Amino acid sequence: MNIPMIIKAVGFLAVLSIPALGFSDYVLHIAISALLWGFIYTGWSVMGRFGLVSLGHGAFMGIGAYMVTMLWNHAGITPWIGIPVAVVVSMAVGFMIGFPCFRFRITGHYFALVTLALSEVVRLLIVALRDYTGGSLGVTPDSVISADTPNSFIAMQFSDKVTWFYIVVAVWVVGLLVWRAVDRSMIRYAMEAVSQEEDAAASLGVHVTRTKLIVTMISAGMTAVGGAIYGQYQLYINPETTSGIAISLQIVFAAIAGGMFVQLGPTVGAVITLLLTEGLRQTVGHDVHGLDVMIYGAMLVLFIIYMPRGVLGRVIEVFENRTGGTSGPTTQPRPQPGE
Amino acid sequence: MLELKNVSAGYGTFQALFDVSLEVRAGEAVAVIGPNGAGKTSLLRVISKVIDLNGGEIAMEGVSLNDVPAHKIIEMGIAHVPEHRRLFPRLTVEENLKMGGFIASARSHFDERLAYVYELFPRMKERRHQLAGTMSGGEQQMCAIGRGLMSGPKLLLLDEPSAGLAPVIVQQVFDLVRRIREEGYTVLIVEQNIQQVLKVVDRAYLLEVGQIKMSGSSRELLENDDVRRAYIGL
Amino acid sequence: MDFPLTDPFFWETVIQGLLFGGVLALLSLGLNIIFGVIDVVWICYAELIMLGMYTIYFLYSDYGVPLPLAMLAGILVVALLGAALHYFIIRPILHTEPINQLLVTGGVLFFLQGFATLAFSVEFRNLGVSFGSIEAGDMYIPTTRLLAFIVSLVAVVGLWLFLKRTYLGTAIRAISQDRDVMPLMGVSPGKIYLVTSALGGGLAGLGACLLVLLYDIHPAIGLTFGPITFMVCVMGGLGNMIGGFIAAFIFAEFIALGGFYAEIEWGYVIAFAFFIVMMFIRPQGILGSKS
Repeated sequence: MNIPMIIKAVGFLAVLSIPALGFSDYVLHIAISALLWGFIYTGWSVMGRFGLVSLGHGAFMGIGAYMVTMLWNHAGITPWIGIPVAVVVSMAVGFMIGFPCFRFRITGHYFALVTLALSEVVRLLIVALRDYTGGSLGVTPDSVISADTPNSFIAMQFSDKVTWFYIVVAVWVVGLLVWRAVDRSMIRYAMEAVSQEEDAAASLGVHVTRTKLIVTMISAGMTAVGGAIYGQYQLYINPETTSGIAISLQIVFAAIAGGMFVQLGPTVGAVITLLLTEGLRQTVGHDVHGLDVMIYGAMLVLFIIYMPRGVLGRVIEVFENRTGGTSGPTTQPRPQPGE
Repeated sequence: MLELKNVSAGYGTFQALFDVSLEVRAGEAVAVIGPNGAGKTSLLRVISKVIDLNGGEIAMEGVSLNDVPAHKIIEMGIAHVPEHRRLFPRLTVEENLKMGGFIASARSHFDERLAYVYELFPRMKERRHQLAGTMSGGEQQMCAIGRGLMSGPKLLLLDEPSAGLAPVIVQQVFDLVRRIREEGYTVLIVEQNIQQVLKVVDRAYLLEVGQIKMSGSSRELLENDDVRRAYIGL
Repeated sequence: MDFPLTDPFFWETVIQGLLFGGVLALLSLGLNIIFGVIDVVWICYAELIMLGMYTIYFLYSDYGVPLPLAMLAGILVVALLGAALHYFIIRPILHTEPINQLLVTGGVLFFLQGFATLAFSVEFRNLGVSFGSIEAGDMYIPTTRLLAFIVSLVAVVGLWLFLKRTYLGTAIRAISQDRDVMPLMGVSPGKIYLVTSALGGGLAGLGACLLVLLYDIHPAIGLTFGPITFMVCVMGGLGNMIGGFIAAFIFAEFIALGGFYAEIEWGYVIAFAFFIVMMFIRPQGILGSKS
C-alpha cells in the first residue's frame, strides 16, 4: 500500500465518520450538499475534461429532478424506478444532442451554445408545462412522511439527515469510480487523441463520434441521478435551481474551479463554492443580497485567468514540481498557443 | 536611408539573425539573397519590428527605430509587402488599397495615390470591386505592392515577391519591381530567385544562417564563383 | 378557431413578431461584431444591456435627466464597460484556449448580476414611458415597439455603412481576416480590439435604450435575453451579421406565433428546439459557407 492510497483510505474513513462526530444538522446539510454537488460536477467533468465543454447540464439535472418527481406525483411510481427511467431519458437526450454535434464536428463555442439552448429548452418546457410541473413556482414531491413515519423507503423520502448522508456518500463514491473507470479505460486514450488532434485520431481509426457519445451519455446519466437525488433530498424543486443557463454555468464553473483534470477536483470545487456562498451568507447575512453572487463571479474570473487547471489541479502541480513526482494528473490540457 | 548595425533578432529562444549590418541608400535597390531558412524574412520582420530586436541598432534616415512599435514603422516611411502577399481575402481590391493608406498622414492623399496605383497597374482598376482572395497570384502581388505604395513610403520592403508563382508570372513580377524602381522608390528586396533579382537591383547582400556572408554590386555577386556554384547552379 | 389569415389578431401577432425581430436583430449585432472580430463570445452580453437599462432608468427617474440624454449616457456607459471588459478580462487570456474566454465572461455574468442585486435590489422597475399605440384597421401596434423596430433598422444600416465606408470600419473587417499583418498597415490590433469592444458595448447600450422602453428592469433580466441573443447569433452563423439579422426575425416569429397559439413559453421552446434542429441541418449558420 503506497502513501496516496493510505491518504485516500484515511480521508474516506474521515468522510464516513462525519455523522458520528456530533455535528449539527446544518453542518451535515453542508456536507451532504457538498458531496451531492461534487457528484454532479464530477459527472460534468467526465466529458468536460475532454474539451467537450457543455453548458447544457442544467438540462440533464432538470430531467432527473422533474422526471422522478412527476412520475411519483402523477403516476405514483417510486423514485427507485423513476431514477433509472430519468437516467435513460437523459442519456437519450444526450445522445440526440451529441450525435449530430460530434458527427458535424460542432465544437468549442458552437457546442457550448447548442448545449446552452438545450438547457433553456428544458427549463422553458418545465415552465410551459405548468399544469403538471407547477411552472416557475416549483413543485414538491408528494410527501408520505410525517412525525409518525419519518422515513419512507418506497417514496425515497427520509427526514433523517444521516440516512441522506450515507446515500449521498455512496452515490458520490460511485461517481468517483465512474470517473476513474472512464479515465482508465480505452476511452481515455482515444479521447486524448481526439481532444488533441481530431483528424489524426480519425485516421488512426478511432471512432471519434462513438467515444464522444459514450462519454456524453455517461455524463448525462450521472447528472440526471444528481438532479433526482437533489429533488428527493430538498423535497422541493423549481426550474431555476435545476435547469437553465444559471445552473449550467454553476456546474461548469465549480468543476473548473476545483480542477476538472483531477479525480477529486470537482468535489473540491463543490466544497469551495459551497463554503464561499455559505460563508458569505453567514458573514454578510440576508440583508445584502447579491454580494455572494458578485464575489462568486469575481472569483471565477480570477480562477480562469490565473488558475485554469483549478485549485486541486494547481496544488498537485506545485506539489509535483517540488517532489519531482510523476504520478498524478495524466491528462494534460491542450498546449496553449503562444503569441 | 536605412541602416542596420550589428542586429540580432529571433523568435522566443530561437535566434534567427546574428550581428547583421547593412545599409540601403536613398534611390537604391538592394537585395538580400540566400537559401531557404537563412533569416531573410526575419530580417525584414525585424526592420518592421514585427519580431523583437535583441541587439544592435536600426535607423531610418538617422532616426533610431529601436523603440518604435511595429504599427508606427509605416509612419517612418517604410512599407512592408509581406511574404505570401497577405492580402485581406474578403475585402475588395480597393478596400485592400485603402488599408494600405490607413495611417492618418496618408488619408488626405488617398484619391491621388489610388489613381497613381491604378495608373501603374491598370489591371487593378479593372478589378477594383473584386474580392482580393479570388484573384490570381500575379494579380494579388500587384495588389500587395499597390497596397504598400498607398502610404506614400520612401522605402519599400519586398519579401519574396516571386514565391509560389508560376514561371511566366515570376517574370512579370520582376518587371513590376523594375517599374517600382523606375518610379524612384528605394527598395529592399528579399529573394530566393537570385539570378532574376540580381538583374533588377544595384547591390546585394548574401545571408546564410542568419549572418551576412558577402556583399557587393549585383555584378560582383553574379560573377562570384561561390554564389554561382551554390545558388545559380552553374 | 377562425381561419388565421382573416383573423386580425393573427396579423397583429405577426407584426408584433416582426417588430420584436427588429429588437433581436439589434441585440445580436453587438455580440456578432465582437465574435466576428475578436473571436470571443460575451456570455455576459445581456448583463451589459441590463446595466445600460439601469443607467437610463436612474438618470431619468431619479435625477430627472431628459430621456434622450439619459439614453446617450446609457450607451456611453455600456460602451466603456465593453472596452473595460476586453481590456481587463479578455485581453490577458486572449491566447489561451478559446473556451476560457467564453467561460470568463460567464464569471462576469454572475458578477454583474450580483452587483445589480446588491446595488439596485431585486425590485422590478419600470420607466413608465408610453407613447400609446397606432391603430391600423382592427390592429393595435404599440408605438414603442414600432420605434424600437425603426431604431434597430437604422442601427443595422448605420453599422453596415460604418464597416463599409470608414477607415476604422474597414480595419475592423480586415483584422478578422488577418490579424498579424495589421501592424504593417500601421494598425495596432490591440487598439482595434478595444474599439470593437467599445462598439459592441455601445450596440448593447443601444439595445438597452429600446428594452428599457419595453420591459421591466430587474437584475435577472439578462437571463431572459441572453440565451435568445446567443441562439440568434449562432443560427445566423457567429460573426455573420446578415445571417444574424435574418435569424432574428425567424426566432421572433416563432416566439410570437407560439405565444399566439399557446403560451409564450411554448414560443420559446419551439424557437430553441428549432435552433437545435437547425444546427444539425446547417451547423455553419443559415448563410454560412462550409469553409
